[in-house]
This record gives sequence, C-alpha cells and structure tokens, in this order.
Amino acid sequence: MKIVVCIKQVPDTKGGVKFNPDGTLDRGAMLTIMNPDDKAGLEAALRLKDKYGAEVTVITMGLPKAEDVLREAMAMGADKGILVTDRVLGGADTWATSQTLAGAIRNLEYDLIITGRQAIDGDTAQVGPQISEHLGIPVISYAQKIEIEGDSVIVERQFDDRYHVLKAKMPCLITALAELNEPRYMTPGGIFDAVKADITVWGRANLVDVDDSNLGLKGSPTQIAKASDKVRKGAGEKVNLDPAESVDYIVGKLKEKHVI
Amino acid sequence: MDFALKKEHEMARALFKEFAEKEVKPLAQEVDETEEFPRATVEKMAKLGFLGIPVPKEYGGQGCDPLTYVMCVEELSKVCGTTGVIVSAHTSLCCDPIQTFGTEEQKQKYLVPLAKGEKLGAFGLTEPGAGTDAQGQQTKAVEDGDSYVINGSKIFITNGKEADVYVIFAVTGMIEKRGRMIKEISAFIVEKGTPGFTFGTKEKKMGIRGSSTYELIFTDCRVPKENLLGKLGQGFKIAMHTLDGGRIGIASQALGIAEGALERTIAYTKERKQFGKTIAQQQNTQFQLADMATKVEAAKLLVYKAALAKANQKEYGFEAAQAKLYAAEVAMEVTTKAVQLHGGYGYTREYDVERMMRDAKITEIYEGTSEVQRMVISAALLK
Repeated sequence: MKIVVCIKQVPDTKGGVKFNPDGTLDRGAMLTIMNPDDKAGLEAALRLKDKYGAEVTVITMGLPKAEDVLREAMAMGADKGILVTDRVLGGADTWATSQTLAGAIRNLEYDLIITGRQAIDGDTAQVGPQISEHLGIPVISYAQKIEIEGDSVIVERQFDDRYHVLKAKMPCLITALAELNEPRYMTPGGIFDAVKADITVWGRANLVDVDDSNLGLKGSPTQIAKASDKVRKGAGEKVNLDPAESVDYIVGKLKEKHVI
Repeated sequence: MDFALKKEHEMARALFKEFAEKEVKPLAQEVDETEEFPRATVEKMAKLGFLGIPVPKEYGGQGCDPLTYVMCVEELSKVCGTTGVIVSAHTSLCCDPIQTFGTEEQKQKYLVPLAKGEKLGAFGLTEPGAGTDAQGQQTKAVEDGDSYVINGSKIFITNGKEADVYVIFAVTGMIEKRGRMIKEISAFIVEKGTPGFTFGTKEKKMGIRGSSTYELIFTDCRVPKENLLGKLGQGFKIAMHTLDGGRIGIASQALGIAEGALERTIAYTKERKQFGKTIAQQQNTQFQLADMATKVEAAKLLVYKAALAKANQKEYGFEAAQAKLYAAEVAMEVTTKAVQLHGGYGYTREYDVERMMRDAKITEIYEGTSEVQRMVISAALLK
C-alpha cells in the first residue's frame, strides 16, 4: 500500500505571529511546528504502515525551510519526503494550494491520501477536499478512526453528536482530526537518519496538469483585506469582597456599562 | 570553530525537551516524595530508544553520538534529576563497558537488549571500604571449574534493584607492581536472578530519591567464565575508562539541574513582587541571575566539549573530569541561589528548586567526588 500524507509547517502559536505588509503571514520570521491535524494524519498513516505494511510519503508546499517539517515526519517513520517550493507558488490560498499539491501528487502512485482536517493558521478545512476533487477521487473528511479492508477503507467520520461509518474504495482521500490519535515521538536514531536522507524538491515545472492561472498569489481568488494579531486584553480589575457585596459590585459595573 | 549545533542535535534536543516536559515533569515531584522508581517512564524511554542513544545500530542502539546522549540526560535532568541518572548509569556505566570491552557473544547477549531498553543496566564498584580508593575492594572472585565464584558486597548502586544486568568488579588475585603487591581486579557481567546474588538495604537519600540505590550482596555467587568482561586483571582499567564516560553523563545531569533551576528562578522573579515591584526589577536579583546564567553557559561548553572529546579522541578523562567538576559545582551553586531567590517559598517542597538543590548535591559526590576530579586534572597538568 502506498500512502501520501500532506503536511504543513505552521506558526507555533507559542512564538507569536508576524505579518508581511500585504497581510499574508511572514513565515520566514516565525517559530514553526507541524500542523497538529496533519501530525495526526501522519500518525494514522504510520499506524497503517505498522499494521498492514505501507510506504508513507510526506509532501509539503512551502518555503525551502519547510524541509524541516518533512525531516521531522521522516524521523517519526515516514519513508520519503517531497518539498514543493517555487517563487511562483508563493501567496497561495486554498485553491492555489490544492491545485499545486494535486499537480505534484499526479506524479505519484497512491492508494490513500491523508491530509489534516485544517491548518491552525488558516482554519479553512478546504485543501484536503479540494485535492480529492482535482484528482477525481472520493473524500472522507473528519476521520476519527481508519481501517483497511481489502481494497477499501473504512472510516468513522465525526458528525456533530454522532459518527458515520463510511466505506470507500481506494484510492481515496481522508482528512484527519487531531483527536484521531496521539502522534508518536521521533526517535534519536530516526532523527540522525532523517537528517541524512534525500528530500525530493519539486518546482513549478514538476507539477502535472495545472494551469499557471491557478497557481500562487495570482491564482488565488482569496484577497486578504486586513489581518492583525489578536488584541491583548487589559490587566482587568480584581476586587476582594464577600459574596453579597461582590454581586452588587458586578451588577453595578454591568449597569454602568449599559450591559443590563 | 563553530558553536552552532548541527541540525540533528537541534532536532534531538527538541525531542528530549518535549518528552521531558510532557512525560517526566508532571511526575517529578511525586517521584521525589514517594521515592518510587519511575518504571513507566523508563518503559516509555525504552520504546523511544533513549536507553541506547550512543550504541551502534547493529547492537540495537540508535547509532547517535555522545553529544546526543548528553543532551538527553541534560533535558531529562532539567525537570527530574532521578530520571536523568537512570539513563546515565544505564548507558555510561553498563552499556559502554560492554560495548568497549565485551566479546561479540557478550555484546549480542547483553548489549543488544540493554540498548533496546528491554533490560536495564547497573555498575557495581563501590564498597563500604572502597569508594574513591578502588584498591580497598574486598569482594573476591575465585576461579572454580568453568565459573568464578563471587563473594562480597557493593553499596550505593544506582538502578540497584531495578536493573537486570550488572557490571561487577572483584579482586581475582594479587600482582606485583613496581615492587609492591597490589590487588588484581577483574570485571564480570552478572545477571539478576543468579543464585547467590541478592539485595541488601535501600538507601534513604537526600536527593535523586526515585533512583533505586541498593546494596548488592554476593554469597557464593557462581558466574560462568564467559561473563568475565575484558581480560582477567583488566578490571581497574575498565572501571577507570567507564568512569571517564560516566562523568560526562553526571556532568550532563548537573548541567540539566542547574539549567532547570535557572529557568524556574527567572520565571519566579518576574512574578514575585516585593516593595511594589517584581524582584526581577531589583538589581541584586539581576546580578545574581547574570552570574548564574554565565556559569551555566560555561558548564555547558565544558560538558559539550567533553562529549565531543569522547566522540573524537581515544582519551577523554581530562575533559570529562573538568566538565564534571565544574558542572557539579555550578549545579550546587545555582540551585542554592535559586532557593535563596525564591525566599521562603523556595524552602518548601511545593517549589521545584528545593528538590533541585537536594538533587544537585550528589553530582559533586558520585562517580568521583569533586576532589577526585581535581586529582585527575592536576595529575594531567603535572605529568
């Protein structure tokens, strides 16, 4: 079985967020991590590899430094890493990103594609389903459990207060939830191997069946009007009163601000 | 000369840090209070290969270098000195001598499961009358047919009751050296469960309280001849070589404890207010923190230099002694200052620095006291 896992290097929210003048994220200046939903997707793929045997390829689109996230995935147990990087791909929204990744994946053989549900820097949950659409394969989103039966995959899909059990013939695409599993740690030996491993680097020329008009900032229908870091709350006010006085105090404050 | 870490070391540090924060830190206080060996943590570390970091892959290890191992002990010790020494004693004092002096059969039988973490290792040199003075050994091994019969006892053995494989030193005869008769010491690999091998009392310690420190007792304990490690009479050399490596491990533990105490003190002094401002805004605090951080950094450079010496040089006892001497004394000084800067709270067991100060003390004592390190260093200077 061949599994392709799409992963993304995202800003580590612990490290603060920086923006470019055009409102897009300044990815070069931020501390980064592997997107949590993607990491769960990778873990799911590695568990399928442990159970059924599989070759796991991780792929990412990003700056050259996104290579780090591929090496991390390989230190966890992924077999191959592919970095799709090119100036013309920069500034991509979900549409251009999914076009790019689909264009890259067309070079590969696969039974299963796993993506995270959504990335913590965009929260759109669009890239996975869009890739499946471009490739013309079924998608099962929000997977909380994945099993293989013959040439099919059986997935529990989270759905509000219940879950659906869906079966699809492979090849298909699954989007994974962070709650799917507890991703494994890297191993020290895995790190040493991953650092030495070859990473395949692809650019625009390697993308199959994708039109230039669908790539990069120019190919992105989304235009960012404004972006800003979250506004820090003030220190607030702390008072020490007995319960009855506290209630009067709070009600007084709410009235003062015309909340009640 | 470049002080930048390589990519693999940056990634390894991130791994050890994440593991220490998530899996070790939450248990550190409980491990200290209950004095219970953190078996579940050791099993998790075994699964991730932390018990065989510098051991070659063909012997079940991770195939990394000494610096990676040093970083592992350092990051673990930042949050829990007990967990740091478990890995250090296992790796430096048991895996290393078997890897260096063992036969191929011994490596397959003992090193492979040790490096995979299926078995835990320990080292028995110290006796009631033989600490710094290894010639004071009383434990004897007598050849009898296809075995050696060991009688005697060892004390203060780290991983004591929890280990499965022990490297044990015993007197195997007397030899003449420069006109004097001295004890001939040999090393043996002894398995837990060997008839005649039992455990004595558990030590009640000031610090590293979760580490299993026991007396080992040998009463007509019969060890097969193939378990002789190295050559007959090579024991002293094996012990000294092993301790050179062990000292790098303990230096890493001391470094980690000092770094952990410094981190907590920086955080605390930014929060604690006295006289209307945080104590971090007081110049005394600022100067103390500056001194602590500078010494920690100097200790780190010595420890990492010793790790590189172990990777690249045949002899590294000098570097190891300097690293251990300095890092241990910095650990003691920094943790003491950390408690002082925490004030009354620092003296309570609610705050980690209290435990860290107790944990730091042993690093000036075991695997060669600071006095022994000074002897080693000065002997090399005055050679």
